[in-house]
Amino acid sequence: MEISDKELETALQDFKNSIHAWSDAAYHRPRTLAAEVRHRSWRVALGWALGCFLVAGTVSGGIFERNHRLELARTAAAQRSADLQRQLHDQQAAKQTDEGLLADVDTDVSREVPSALEPLAQMMNDDETK
Amino acid sequence: MAAGTALDAMAITTAEDAAAQEFARVVQKHRPQIFRFLLASTRDVDLAETLTQECFLKAHRNWASFRGESSAMTWLMRIAINLQKDHWRNRRMQFWRTTRTNGVDVDEASEWLSSGESSVEQKLLARERVSQVWTAVKSLSERQRTVFLMRYVEEQDLNEIATATGLSEGTVKAHLSRAVARVRLELGGKR
Repeated sequence: MEISDKELETALQDFKNSIHAWSDAAYHRPRTLAAEVRHRSWRVALGWALGCFLVAGTVSGGIFERNHRLELARTAAAQRSADLQRQLHDQQAAKQTDEGLLADVDTDVSREVPSALEPLAQMMNDDETK
Repeated sequence: MAAGTALDAMAITTAEDAAAQEFARVVQKHRPQIFRFLLASTRDVDLAETLTQECFLKAHRNWASFRGESSAMTWLMRIAINLQKDHWRNRRMQFWRTTRTNGVDVDEASEWLSSGESSVEQKLLARERVSQVWTAVKSLSERQRTVFLMRYVEEQDLNEIATATGLSEGTVKAHLSRAVARVRLELGGKR
């Protein structure tokens, strides 16, 4: 809806008067500089405290995380070493077992001679006895 | 020779004193007006005070170079406009440093009325009109707002506005026309 020039003029006049009233009141208001400074200094102190707390938290968190990872790596390395030793031990035990078994087999096989050579084998045993 | 030097020194001191007195007169005369313009532009009392201080500090530093080609008020207004521009530019660049603002909203700014309105109804109507004009002013571009406030709050001539803003008179007229059209639309739309 279109407004008349008169209405526009009135509105602009009101606007101007309003700003003048506001400006006059603000211009002559009592200053509260000391309180403001104190508020700001508290805000600054609070900001610094919060900042320091965050930095300390971040740093200690980082250190904790690093130590935790180192601990995990150490545990994993010890576990791996123990596994390796166990595997080695098992392998050695198995090897010894295999070697003994083979030796027994060899002895058994060597002792099982055909019946035609039995007298000769007997003689060998007798010689060993002597 | 020595007497001549002493006279020169005295003359310089007298000229400096006269300049200082002249500047003090300018401050006394124009400070409320500069403050009002900056308050209307920023809607922030603290910021307007700070910028007013900066404006007169800058004016004091450059007072010797002021040649009086324009009026002192126009010269001061130009400094104020530049300071305001710099402030908003810096604020945009450093938004993370200045998150807090004391600027009041349109409704709060509209609370202020001159004591001319007699009845309650008149006051309410005036407040409504002022609020509508504030809403329109808020939506204007920075340049339109500056031109509008200089014309309708500070009641400056087109020539003075053009000098202070560094625009041509034609451009000032165009900005003013768009600003008034916006205000007219706001006032007409809310009825």
